[in-house]
Amino acid sequence: AAGMFLRLLSDIQWRAAHPKWRRMTSSQRSTSTTAEPHPVSLPAQAQVVICGGGIMGTSVAYHLSKMGFKDIVLLEQGRLAAGTTRFCAGIVSTARPVSIELKMAHYSNKLYQQLEQETGVQTGYTKTGSISLAQTQDRLISLKRIASSLNVMGIPCEIISPKKVLQLHPMINIHDLVGAMYVPEDALVSSANVSLALATAASRNGVQIHERTSVSHVTIQKGRVTGVETDRGRIQCEYFVNCAGQWAYELGHSGEEPVHIPVHACEHFYLLTHPLQEPLSNSLPTIVDPDGRIYIRNWQGGILSGGFEKNPKPLFTEGRNQLEIQNLQEDWDHFGPLLSALLRRMPGLEALQIMQLVNCPESFTPDMRCIMGESPTARGYFVLAGMNSAGISYGGGAGKYLAEWIVNGYPSENVWPLDLKRFGTLQSSRTFLRHRVMEVMPLMYDLKVPRWDFQTGRQLRTSPLYDRLDAQGARWMEKHGFERVKYFVPPGSDLLDLDHSKTFYKPDWFDIVGSEVKCCKEAVCVIDMSSFTKFEISSTGDQALESLQYLFSNDLDVPVGHVVHTGMLNEKGGYENDCSIARLSKRSFFMISPTDQQVHCWAWLKNRLPDDSNLVLEDVTWKYTALNLIGPRAVDVLSELSYAPMTAEHFPSLFCKEMSVGYANGIRVMSITHTGEPGFVLYIPIEYALHVYNEVMNMGQKYGIRNAGYYALRSLRIEKFFAFWGQDLDAFTTPMECGREFQVKLDKGMEFLGQDALLEQKQNGVYKRFTMFILEDHDTDMDLWPWWGEPIFRNDRYVGKTTSSAYSYTLERHVCLGFVHHFDEQTGEELVVTTDFINQGEYEIDIAGQRFQAKAKLYPFSSLFTQRRRKDEVELSGYQRE
Amino acid sequence: FYLTPPQVNSILKANEYSFKVPEFDGKNVSSVLGFDSNQLPANAPIEDRRSAATCLQTRGMLLGVFDGHAGCACAQAVSERLFYYIAVSLLPHETLLEIENAVESGRALLPILQWHKHPNDYFSKEASKLYFNSLRTYWQELIDLNSGETTDVREALINAFKRLDNDISLEAQVGDPNSFLNYLVLRVAFSGSTACVAHVDGVDLHVANTGDSRAMLGVQEEDGSWSAVNLSYDHNAQNEHEVERVKMEHPKSEEKSLVKQDRLLGLLMPFRAFGDVKFKWSIELQKRVVESGPDQLNENEYTKFIPPNYYTPPYLTAEPEVIHHKLRPQDKFLVLATDGLWETMHRQDVARIVGEYLTGVHHQQPIAVGGYKVTLGQMHGLLTERRARISSVFEDQNAATHLIRHAVGNNEFGTVDHERLSKMLSLPEELARMYRDDITIIVVQFNSHVIGAYQNEE
Repeated sequence: AAGMFLRLLSDIQWRAAHPKWRRMTSSQRSTSTTAEPHPVSLPAQAQVVICGGGIMGTSVAYHLSKMGFKDIVLLEQGRLAAGTTRFCAGIVSTARPVSIELKMAHYSNKLYQQLEQETGVQTGYTKTGSISLAQTQDRLISLKRIASSLNVMGIPCEIISPKKVLQLHPMINIHDLVGAMYVPEDALVSSANVSLALATAASRNGVQIHERTSVSHVTIQKGRVTGVETDRGRIQCEYFVNCAGQWAYELGHSGEEPVHIPVHACEHFYLLTHPLQEPLSNSLPTIVDPDGRIYIRNWQGGILSGGFEKNPKPLFTEGRNQLEIQNLQEDWDHFGPLLSALLRRMPGLEALQIMQLVNCPESFTPDMRCIMGESPTARGYFVLAGMNSAGISYGGGAGKYLAEWIVNGYPSENVWPLDLKRFGTLQSSRTFLRHRVMEVMPLMYDLKVPRWDFQTGRQLRTSPLYDRLDAQGARWMEKHGFERVKYFVPPGSDLLDLDHSKTFYKPDWFDIVGSEVKCCKEAVCVIDMSSFTKFEISSTGDQALESLQYLFSNDLDVPVGHVVHTGMLNEKGGYENDCSIARLSKRSFFMISPTDQQVHCWAWLKNRLPDDSNLVLEDVTWKYTALNLIGPRAVDVLSELSYAPMTAEHFPSLFCKEMSVGYANGIRVMSITHTGEPGFVLYIPIEYALHVYNEVMNMGQKYGIRNAGYYALRSLRIEKFFAFWGQDLDAFTTPMECGREFQVKLDKGMEFLGQDALLEQKQNGVYKRFTMFILEDHDTDMDLWPWWGEPIFRNDRYVGKTTSSAYSYTLERHVCLGFVHHFDEQTGEELVVTTDFINQGEYEIDIAGQRFQAKAKLYPFSSLFTQRRRKDEVELSGYQRE
Repeated sequence: FYLTPPQVNSILKANEYSFKVPEFDGKNVSSVLGFDSNQLPANAPIEDRRSAATCLQTRGMLLGVFDGHAGCACAQAVSERLFYYIAVSLLPHETLLEIENAVESGRALLPILQWHKHPNDYFSKEASKLYFNSLRTYWQELIDLNSGETTDVREALINAFKRLDNDISLEAQVGDPNSFLNYLVLRVAFSGSTACVAHVDGVDLHVANTGDSRAMLGVQEEDGSWSAVNLSYDHNAQNEHEVERVKMEHPKSEEKSLVKQDRLLGLLMPFRAFGDVKFKWSIELQKRVVESGPDQLNENEYTKFIPPNYYTPPYLTAEPEVIHHKLRPQDKFLVLATDGLWETMHRQDVARIVGEYLTGVHHQQPIAVGGYKVTLGQMHGLLTERRARISSVFEDQNAATHLIRHAVGNNEFGTVDHERLSKMLSLPEELARMYRDDITIIVVQFNSHVIGAYQNEE
């Protein structure tokens, strides 16, 4: 029977070209046909060509055809569902820490459940439930956090005792457990059959499927996909979807203009056994034992068990190698530790007979999240790959979102965490990928505490001040390949302790960051913020202004030297980006946006700016080092260094001027700090960076200057109720929903993107509202700290989730930011959220199952602002994602 | 009585240490895969020392063994200090300036070395300030000298050795107001130590040797067999050139008394060494320092004793001989060891034993289930047994341990005889030194792929 499991797919006669799809039964499956079907010639053109006949490709085809696309061709180099999909363990699990991945898995589960009925193809769908075990208290906390988010989505889930585990699965050894999480609706499927069912349905809806056809490259002209070259001829097409799994990287690089898809394969092992003496019930729940690094599911009366080992074996770094695929062998010595963990968890299996150790490569991504979306450089080139070994859980939802993306221009949910454009060419180095996936694979089951960081592939992009800051005790985190300072360890502190104490509770750096914050409030601090994305837009005439006026919601026709905070909105009024734009001259603008906007923002602007050689868009990120001088004494430091008066009369807030600092001239000084504190950001041509930094530090000494990091910045901006794009703001959030109506100029005299949507919101009200919460009965020293993603309850009813949080050293309380919705008590329908609705409620924040009272506020504490500013000058922007 | 195999193992493994160079250290690809080191004491306490560190401000890795005599003070000091002197000698002018400025303004220093130490390898806390000040004086002089030329590794090694020996000598002459430190610097100066240090950077391997420890390269021939290449010359009476050198440096009248019974002045086995001021200072200086020194020193017969026929000091130098070798893909490993190893084993045997050990561990036959009926429990037992075998008597996890096992336990057939091993290890302290010397071994394994890639580039 095992042979069948692995072989059953290659035995299928796949008459893809037949318009009437032959209904398959299991009896037909096992009868192998010897004659090759005569290959039907490929069409000369199609609207969409999908490359890859695994779960991803078939799911995209299924959803596209359901959404009304007719002219679709799916190409598979071998047989359908014969790659990673064939070997997939078939566990559909919704317990995912990232909300969008959770939604995809939830949808997949519902889709697979009815797929057999819809298509007539047996999918082996069985609702077994799953149990995630915790061997430590910290693990239990992380499970409780996931349980909280499952519960508010209406997915049944409970934290159970070890005893209950034993009741649900009598073979489990529970003596070392502290608890577990039970998700009763998780399921098992035959992943290959799910894929075939999707293909069957797609084929009925008119999708043409061609096996044994491999794509050699995709042709791109003028930044658009024009067609696909295959070993059986060319197909012209409008859209191409790369679902090539572990070959996605190579396929992306096969054309003249590479599309960078950062995935890398690792070997993945799981064990199949013969049935037990008394065969295991096929309804027994799946066991996930992350502390033991293994999963165990029932399989044909026996078990299937694999895991994510500490020392993964990356492969295909040099590219595809057929020989190597065939030679992928069992490696029992490598599997040894996982086998020990399995026998420790289920000691009763000692006598169970081994059937096979399967070695099945899986593809992983640099940040453990899958990759979907459109190429930033080639329009119409879509990607869905890098499932980090959760392909079957994501397959349904991911295919749906990608289909929506092609059909509607964007999915129905915010998928930025999965967007291909979060990566650039810099994550495309094979060495980087090889090293990073060796870290990612064990991380699948490692405990992830707040603010964890990747350790591999570091020190790639650095500020010129890196070594200088490092020598002063800087501790680093990474964003988009750029090293950024978290905080500075004072001399004499025990460094090892700080690096090793990772916790869900109060962290060791609490006092360090506290003193940096204090210095920002009372004296002056320097934060190196060079990682921000910086663009310059200039033109010979008014083209720059005109284009920007259309692409941005605030009025950019301001006097030269003014800085404007504005959203870059989509048609629905949602934030594609949140920027500060300085008008350098009548015809040129300097635009600052978050670090990870480098690829997305570039593509957004390139695709929308008129094709006019007199209008130039330039990425100048690498040209400038940015130093943020925060604090009341920043003005003194700068005026002494420049011999220029810097007081509010001469240099008002939200102003930008090129001036000299020390010996260096041409420093762009902007009176913003991204925190609401007084101060300036200095944009320094990189060759002056060290000089200016030294001058600032020397001159600053008498004003008590010190270095500070992003943790201090975050505490400052959150207590001031500043939303950051990527953390709080996304493409589904409008300025109206986060109290930024003042940054929208509906009457600026010309049309802009998103205007209609915002007008409608202005008239009809908003359906969610960005709110600040002050935790009331939370003990900073003893209680679990909030992170983000915690459910918010109003009058004991779920109303939304937090998006970021920080300890406010000024308020001496935790502050959470998040969105409040208004769901109708009977129907669950979303209603307009009014100020009264926000203000007249009792709020609680759920941290890992424990609720804390919170006070809701729609405006920041005015007392926190040390300087009085004009209302419209109040700086409400900043960019960072923790 | 006999020691059981686990007891033998626990003695052999007490000082073993391994370091794997991470494939991704975030900076560059290293030609070194890692190293194994170990020590087996015969003296109590052991007089050998070992050191290993990665240079953080320049490229390359430093490894060294130090064989002390007349106590362990000198070997200890050299093991702590020498790599700093070498690293500083290699530093470019700007980095030296930066470091000096940092010290000057009380800022945090750039780290110079990343040490790879066994928990038993200690650093003297009390002397760190004194050592640091001497080192700082050295780099200040380097800054003032600023030759502007790029640093040659050979020269850097020679300068570092000579400078440190000079500092050891000066510190003893100047003394220290703190009586503990004062006694310490005198013990360092009056005891002695050899040093055999390797610097590996890409395909460039430099070995600087002072004394009778030895560096040996393990080379795998095309037919898979192993051969040994010496990368150092012993500085002792067996080395004609060395005897010749010593004779050249002293008047003809002393020719007969210079080397007696294969020893320098009839006393010292190594012909070059750190410390040993009794063979370096003038008689007046020795007397003055000993008399003004603490009572412990004054009462010590050894320190008071002036070598016979002592006319034209110095008789001893710490200046190393440096050999440069360009690594080739067939160069698989480097063994650095004190004479305790080399007097029991021929280098050819060392090359073979380490070579076979290193390839053997990696070429264990994979298991395949195939069509056999195997249960999970059986497989688990098999895997556990395979893992255990690797770490058992004949399969050490550390190449240096493996070598020591052979050095101490080999019978006339060249195989480890457990009985012999057990006997040798259970000798009482006072007898042990009669049958064997302290043994210290570092086995450095090279990455042939990286070395091959370097070669292709050139």
